[in-house]
Amino acid sequence: MTAARIWALHLALIAALFAAQYLLPPYHVTNLARIMVLAVFAMGYNLAFGYTGLLSLGHALFFAAGMYGGGLLSYHLGWTALPALIAGLAAGGMMAGAVGLLALRTTGVSFMIVTLMFAQAGYLTILYFGPTTGGDEGLNLPAAGRSLLGFSLSADGPRYLVALGLFSTALLCCLGIARSRLGRIMVAMRENEERSRMLGYNPFTVKLIALVLSGLFSGLAGAAYGVLFGYVGASFATIQYSILPMLYVLLGGAGTVIGPFLGALLMFYLIDFASGLTSAYLFFVGAALVTLVLFAPKGILGTIRERWLGWLP
Amino acid sequence: MAALIEARGLTLHFGGLRAVDGVDFDLRAGEIHALIGPNGAGKTTLVGLLSGRRRPDQGTIRFAGEDITRLPAHARVRLGIAYTFQITSIFPRLTVFDNVALAVQMQNHAPLKESVHAALERVGLSGFDRQIAGTLAYGHQRLLEVAMGLALGPRVLILDEPTQGLAAGEIEGFKALVQSLVPVASILLIEHNMDVVMDLATRITVLNFGKVLATGTPAAIRADKAVQEAYLGA
Repeated sequence: MTAARIWALHLALIAALFAAQYLLPPYHVTNLARIMVLAVFAMGYNLAFGYTGLLSLGHALFFAAGMYGGGLLSYHLGWTALPALIAGLAAGGMMAGAVGLLALRTTGVSFMIVTLMFAQAGYLTILYFGPTTGGDEGLNLPAAGRSLLGFSLSADGPRYLVALGLFSTALLCCLGIARSRLGRIMVAMRENEERSRMLGYNPFTVKLIALVLSGLFSGLAGAAYGVLFGYVGASFATIQYSILPMLYVLLGGAGTVIGPFLGALLMFYLIDFASGLTSAYLFFVGAALVTLVLFAPKGILGTIRERWLGWLP
Repeated sequence: MAALIEARGLTLHFGGLRAVDGVDFDLRAGEIHALIGPNGAGKTTLVGLLSGRRRPDQGTIRFAGEDITRLPAHARVRLGIAYTFQITSIFPRLTVFDNVALAVQMQNHAPLKESVHAALERVGLSGFDRQIAGTLAYGHQRLLEVAMGLALGPRVLILDEPTQGLAAGEIEGFKALVQSLVPVASILLIEHNMDVVMDLATRITVLNFGKVLATGTPAAIRADKAVQEAYLGA
């Protein structure tokens, strides 16, 4: 019964997002496409942070690895969108694996600092190779790089559908992972690492697997952001893009499957609304976060799950 | 009888303190072996060495003839050496089912639901599977801890003060449970409750100041003069 309810909920969300492109004005359709891609990034972050308890401050590195992994190939070598997306996915996973091998020797605050340093090093590397990467100014991707199986992703319709396709795939993968044996072990690592070890699970291996999965999601999101919106830039490798997915996850509910999407949606529109009022829009973001930490530290869906819907994955 | 665990010359110092000092220890297949001694005698440290939670400064540990001295704890669990914590260590925010399932799914082929329910039934926690583990009564949390140890299907089960905090009635049930585990598994039991030790143990090792004072049957240990002076207080 529970399984049927869970599947129904997630498929309903996907169906609603499919319908949204016909119901909403174009401005919001473009926003939703952006939000869905950012939600894929946040889902990746959630696998590491929400499920496994790895508080990373360096996920911008994995996002940027995907973005440049795909973007550079399309800019310099004329790759089309599909191979560029796959390259971005692989780049994010490999970067997470490489960082994980070193950073996962640490825990807690040290892990936060080490991941932060790696991400800063990544950002500086992008600037250093400015002639290739476009440095601060970034690169506008050529039309060929934004064509997927003959469709141009600069058009609203195909762009929305590709974003929805990637989002749905990521959402269902996330759901599958959360309900799998691996998902249970990841949560065990978050809840009580020492006990998990004495049940025969190597904490290092489990965390590395979680981080690589997280990197795959982040890398795919980065590559998708590049090909869908036609621009890759060093600003996506800054600390801001490490903090954003964390905010989305905290707002929506860490360790919930839909939470990252909900958080991305609300935070995106909060920033959109606030920046229309004032240039100090980060003030609103801060206020939202303080409210959250004080009154609903488990995020929106985390609180709903605790109070009312215990079956929510 | 062949020893399943064979430790030789185990030594671990904490600064100047010799917590475990040149200990030889054998756990035979199918026995219930109790480890007793005054507080601070090094019992928990010794089983920490055997389970791999600590590395010895000196000495070797063999399991079923294989040298496992350098093997990390999680790898020893996979070989079949399970450890239940002295201070209850469960996953308090997960359900009882998930707690036991984590142990069951270590053996990849085991059918999850059936095995979880079987382990819970064995310790008398049937029907608690949907409950959040942290909300269980303390005694039940101890039993859950034991169920997790059992569900690993271990060849050696190390129980660190399992009856601490159990009610008198629960202790009787617990003794029957431990009896039912041998000879499939061998039990190493750290225990303060002398009635439990004398009823269950086939052999006893007495530790004092990190050294083995005596090893033998319950009757022999009772009669041992050195043990009486050091520990039993007779």
